[in-house]
Amino acid sequence: MLLIECPWCGQRAETEFSYGGEAGITRPIDPSALDDAEWADYLYMRNNPCGSIKELWNHSQGCRRWFGVERDTVSYKIAGSFKLYAGEEK
Amino acid sequence: MKYSALNLLRNGLRHNRDWPEAWRHPEPKSHYDVIIVGGGGHGLATAYYLAKEHGLRNIAVLEKNWIGGGNTARNTTIVRSNYLWTEAALLYEKSMQLWEGLSNDLNYNVMFSQRGVYNLGHTLQDMRDIERRVSANRLNGLDAEIVTPDQLKRAIPALNTSASARYPILGASLQRRAGVARHDAVAWGFARAADALGVDIIEQCEVTGIERRNNKVTGVQTSRGHITADKVGVVVAGHASVLANMAGLRLPIQSHPLQAFVSEPLKPVLDTVVMSNAVHGYVSQSDKGELVIGAGIDAYNGYGQRGSFATIEHALQAIIELFPSFSRLRLLRLWGGIVDVCPDACPIISKTPVNGLYFNCGWGTGGFKATPGSGWAFAHTIARNRPHELNAPFSLDRFATGALVDEHGAAAVAH
Repeated sequence: MLLIECPWCGQRAETEFSYGGEAGITRPIDPSALDDAEWADYLYMRNNPCGSIKELWNHSQGCRRWFGVERDTVSYKIAGSFKLYAGEEK
Repeated sequence: MKYSALNLLRNGLRHNRDWPEAWRHPEPKSHYDVIIVGGGGHGLATAYYLAKEHGLRNIAVLEKNWIGGGNTARNTTIVRSNYLWTEAALLYEKSMQLWEGLSNDLNYNVMFSQRGVYNLGHTLQDMRDIERRVSANRLNGLDAEIVTPDQLKRAIPALNTSASARYPILGASLQRRAGVARHDAVAWGFARAADALGVDIIEQCEVTGIERRNNKVTGVQTSRGHITADKVGVVVAGHASVLANMAGLRLPIQSHPLQAFVSEPLKPVLDTVVMSNAVHGYVSQSDKGELVIGAGIDAYNGYGQRGSFATIEHALQAIIELFPSFSRLRLLRLWGGIVDVCPDACPIISKTPVNGLYFNCGWGTGGFKATPGSGWAFAHTIARNRPHELNAPFSLDRFATGALVDEHGAAAVAH
C-alpha cells in the first residue's frame, strides 16, 4: 500500500486515490496539424520508465484534486508530491 | 535422452544418476543469426519454432535471470481462446491447437488439462456480453456455450449460486477445451526442445544495449560481452519499454504489477476454472490441492514484482463471495509479476522501424495462454521478415492507423 501525500489533505492511503499515469503529456495545440504517427505518439506512446517517474494522481475519495507525485517504479518509494499549476495555493 | 516410460524405468533402476541435463549451458558465441532477448515461455517458444519450422540453427536465447523465473512462473496458468474479436480469437485459437499437441511435440509433459473455463455473468449486461462473445466464438469455429445457474450448481457445487448472493450468478460462458497447464514445465519443455535443435540458451546474460548501424540492427551488448546478430527478437514482457528505449523506440505500453496467490492445499473441491469479470477474481485448484487465485492489475505503473494489499483484498473479497466455503483458508504464498499492458489489451507481434529488430510484447495480463502461438507467430515474423496473417493485425502500426483490436471490456477480460 502506497502512502501518498495529497498537497492539500496530507498523507493518505493509496485507496483514496485514482491513478492518472505519466505526468507532463501535453495535448497538442493543433491536432489537425499532426500526421498519424505524431498523433499516435501523443495518444498511446509512453516512456514507461523503469526508475523515477513523475505521475498524476487524483484524490478521488478526498478533495478530488489532481496533483503530481514523483515515485520510483522499482522500489515504489515516493520522493514527494507537487502541485501541477501555478496559483494553486488555496 | 527421450523421455519415455521405458527410460523412466531404466533410470529408476539406476537410482536416477544418469539423466542428462535438460539443456546445455553454453558460453555465448560471438555471432548468431538470430538472438531472442528474454528466456520466458514466449522467447523459448520463438526459438523452438524458429529452429523447427524455419530450419534456423544458429540461434541464442539471452535471459538475464534464469529460465522460467519471470512471468512464466508468476501467472495463474489459465489457457483459453474465447476472445471476442476475430483477430484475437484466431491467434489464441492457434495457440490452443498447439497446446493440444504440445506435450507430444516437445516430448515433455506440460500437464495441459482441458478442464474447462467458466466466465460468470452477474448482471443482465454481463449476460448480453457473454451471449455476444459466445456467438462470435462459434462463428469463428471455437467451442463455446452458455450455461445456466442450474448447470453451474451441478458442475461446481462449491459455487454460491443462490439468488440472495451478493453477486448473483445469472449464467456463464463455458469453453470446455480451455483449462490449465503447468507453467514451469512449459518453460522447461520449450527450453529442452529448443536446445535439442541446437539453440543456445544463455542464462544470467542481461542485454544492456541494442547496436544499430544505418537503421539496421547489428548486435547486442550484454553483461557477458558483445554479441553480433543479423536479427534480434525482443520478448521481455514487463521490460519491453526498457528494451525499446535502447533502440530509440517508444511503445504504447505501461508496465503494471499483477498479483496472484495460492492457498494452503486442500482436498479436491474445484475441478475447473472459474473467472468473474465483474468482480475481478479467478480461481482454479492445482494438482497439489492449492487454490490458485489471481487479482486484477495494480493501477499504478510498477516494475517491482509486487503490488498493494488492497488489490489482494479486493480479489479475495470477490472469491469468498463466490465460494463462501473458501473463507477459512489461509494463503500460503503471494507474488507479483510485471505485465506489459497495451491500450487495446492485445499484443504487439511486429517488425519495428529498425530493420532486423522485432518486438513481441503487450500481452498484458493474459500472455501465458498464448505461449506456443505467440512463439509460433513471432518465429514466422522473424524468419520471413513479415508477419503471418494471424499476427498481421497485431503490428505496431495499428496505433497510428487506429485499427486497434479492442479486447478490453469485450472479452472475458479477467485473464
